[in-house]
Amino acid sequence: MLRYVLKRLLMMIPILLAVAILIFTLMNFVPGDPARIALSQNAVITEADLAAKRAEFGLDQPFFTRLISFLEGAFFHLDFGVSYTYSTPVTSLLATRFPITLMLAFLCTLTMVVLGIPAGVSAAVHAGKAGDRISMFITLLFNSMPNFWLGLMLVLFFSLELKLLPSTGIGSPAHFVLPVICGSLSGVASIARQTRASMLEVIRSDFVTTARSKGISERKAIYGHALPNALIPVITVCGQQFGHMLGGISVIEMLFSIPGIGSFLITSINQRDYPSVQGCVIYIAVTFSLMMLITDLIYAFVDPRIKSNYFVQRKKKEKT
Amino acid sequence: MTGKKKKEAAVENTREVKSLRPGSLAYVWRRISHDPGAMAGMIIIALIIILSILSPYIIKYDYSTMDLANKCAAPSWEHPFGCDEMGRDILVRVLYGARYTLSIGVLSTAMAIVIGVIIGAIAGYFGGIADTLLMRALDVIQAFPQMLMAMLLAAVFGTGLDKCILALGISGIAGYARMTRANILKIRNSEYIEASVSIKCSTPRIIWKHILPNSLSPLIVSAAMGIASSGLAASALSFIGLGIQAPKPEWGAMLSSARNYIRGNPHMVIFPGLFIMITVISFNLIGDALRDALDPKLKD
Amino acid sequence: MENKNLLLSVKDLQVKYQSGGVLVHAVNGVSFDLEKGKTFGLVGETGAGKTSIARAILRILPDYATRVCSGETFFEGVDLMKLSATEMQKYRGGKISMIFQDPMTALNPVQTVVNQIAEGLKTHEKITKAEARLRAIEMLETVGIPADRADEYPHQFSGGMKQRVVIAIALACNPELLIADEQTTALDVTIQAQVMDLIKSLRAKRNTSMIMITHDLGVIADVCDYVAVVYAGQIVEYGTLEDIYDRTAHPYMKGLFAALPEMNLDSDRLKPIEGMPADPTNLPDGCKFAPRCPYATEECRKREIDLKEVSAGHFCRCIKTESGV
Repeated sequence: MLRYVLKRLLMMIPILLAVAILIFTLMNFVPGDPARIALSQNAVITEADLAAKRAEFGLDQPFFTRLISFLEGAFFHLDFGVSYTYSTPVTSLLATRFPITLMLAFLCTLTMVVLGIPAGVSAAVHAGKAGDRISMFITLLFNSMPNFWLGLMLVLFFSLELKLLPSTGIGSPAHFVLPVICGSLSGVASIARQTRASMLEVIRSDFVTTARSKGISERKAIYGHALPNALIPVITVCGQQFGHMLGGISVIEMLFSIPGIGSFLITSINQRDYPSVQGCVIYIAVTFSLMMLITDLIYAFVDPRIKSNYFVQRKKKEKT
Repeated sequence: MTGKKKKEAAVENTREVKSLRPGSLAYVWRRISHDPGAMAGMIIIALIIILSILSPYIIKYDYSTMDLANKCAAPSWEHPFGCDEMGRDILVRVLYGARYTLSIGVLSTAMAIVIGVIIGAIAGYFGGIADTLLMRALDVIQAFPQMLMAMLLAAVFGTGLDKCILALGISGIAGYARMTRANILKIRNSEYIEASVSIKCSTPRIIWKHILPNSLSPLIVSAAMGIASSGLAASALSFIGLGIQAPKPEWGAMLSSARNYIRGNPHMVIFPGLFIMITVISFNLIGDALRDALDPKLKD
Repeated sequence: MENKNLLLSVKDLQVKYQSGGVLVHAVNGVSFDLEKGKTFGLVGETGAGKTSIARAILRILPDYATRVCSGETFFEGVDLMKLSATEMQKYRGGKISMIFQDPMTALNPVQTVVNQIAEGLKTHEKITKAEARLRAIEMLETVGIPADRADEYPHQFSGGMKQRVVIAIALACNPELLIADEQTTALDVTIQAQVMDLIKSLRAKRNTSMIMITHDLGVIADVCDYVAVVYAGQIVEYGTLEDIYDRTAHPYMKGLFAALPEMNLDSDRLKPIEGMPADPTNLPDGCKFAPRCPYATEECRKREIDLKEVSAGHFCRCIKTESGV
């Protein structure tokens, strides 16, 4: 088990290296001069000012020199450079913002799984009945709503109309309610749909009939035999939805004025603050890759067939 | 009694469908045209397209004409959806805006599919080094969420319709490439291909008669779903200022500027979002029906 | 009929289910009796409705598709059809159990085999978890699987081993009636023989009554006391093994025997029964076998033929035997 995790973690390194190169190269092609933007507060910008600023940012160096020093800093010293906008190291800027995003992402994922799976199971158990049809229509709605519009509607209703929940900031747990709903509803819907579909398929399979033929209760047959098998494809969807949510988190953070790395990424892009953008993207890529690893581990945990695929070599070695 | 008759009619219907060859165009069409959701979706999209084209001729306002007297006007008979912060009629803007969402959705999906299928087919069919290299490249691209990729590309390309299509199209390639490769590998190793090879079926014939049709159906389904999610992504990009920018009446861009007026002027944020949702639902409904029609496994 | 030894009596069993929007007439009025300790064979082609009969007795037909399931199934005098769902659960796996056709799909892929066997034991007998486990391991050893493989998952077993597990599940609670549904068709010949021997020896040891569903005439001849020939959801011939094999009455059964390859005869070709099996979604009027029957007359197609006794305990559903000719 541990060996497998280590192997996967090692495999992440070349991918992250490539991600870093890719993002650095992309940023190099973004139109707009960071030096000019950084100096935009000044009334008059002279060529000398610009040149000085460029030298400060290291932009006067050739592309490859900058790339190498960026990679060296990022991979050997966990240092992503100094923010053009704030003139402070990116790592310290992210240190306060990243936990907030992580918290939001965690809460959203939890909500997706905790609401989506039971909803899908109950829809499957009552397949074809009115409740099932209504809940499937609702999931279709949630799936088709842009999350920022959903967020605006939530703010309109719960903050402006009912004055129940705050719409901006992160002062209290109540501040997280609307962002989490906004970030998780489409995931809840997708997970519920997948759970329903795979439950319906599994309920019809032979081994559930075998289970019934043993004389166990219908409840046990469904929850003890069908559900664990039906959840296997749901794990994939949970992973996908996590990625989807993480990709959209910038929009949510911007909408609810949450000072996480998502909103920081957008402002950094607009400010042409390359070091900050690179830092944000690499943080997100690491989080995403780790989550994919966790998904795979859950897979192996739930499905003994996959587990034996992964761990078969070790077992063989033990035996000899 | 009527219920029984209804059931009998339903049985009759499916019989007729059964007599068509599953997988044939006529069969797929027959099933889709009997799916109320898909029909509703198609009618709604057709309506949106027609209204979007006709809107300059049937509505007396222009999408860009400002009328400061009607600043943030609430919905009325004159302006059914009200007016925005510049006094522009929201109905005509929303109808006009359909062009952006639909064209970005369709074109970026088409682009992603064409390139993705080519890459996936090369990787899946030839295997070896080409496969390894392409798959490792996809690993890198898929190491962060698709939306994030689209945002970064949009930042590189700049704003505008063509650039937005490009950004969303490129960020969508990886998914289709992976899917095509997986399908081709699955089909290539299947016994019916082995059977075709054993009766000396020529390679082009195998590709044309077996591999293509069998890898096509999942692709068609995800194309319909892809248009929906591309449309959503386009509006999200515009919302955060990286897609199409105000004053163009793109739905996301409209929401972005209307956002500041949400207090007291909810109509400005309700209608554009509603249209995004309706459009996306329609494509999703069509996608669902296509999947049911094309995937015999899920048939009940 | 009032027989003390009577274990199971099925009367006018009907099963119809929906598939792809079409109604399938799977079982159309099947009746038979089974005495204690005897083995009853249900023989017929694929799709003749044999499995539906078995599942209807256990009431494990898939409820999403089943439209009609009627008739009476008296087990030790109790009509199983009239029991509540919870009462039925006591019979299922306890007094009546079933061996399923396809061992590849009949086992839960994410549960260890020992747990799958122990589950039935825990449900029907008041024993602790540990006892159930011990009994399950014993059961595995009875069917020839070493105890150290008990905690493995189905995917680690071969087809024949899986079928042994399926048999162990079915026999765990010492059922009085065992329904074996083509338990050997998914296996290769040598394993088939092993599994058959296993079933026979277990039956001999426990005196279990059995319903053996198969299309293999050899298996029937090997183990059955009574045989019913099923065609298009109806019993077309019913009698003792000798009645069916030595005094074959129905043209369908005659056709089946004629189609068997014979080792000692030097024939080049087999003689198949002409035509296709009856389509259960669209059954012909009159005798269901008439379209394929070489002796069919106009009358055969006109009216339903009844099951008539040709000799004591030997019944046949054919117009030729009906009149006593």
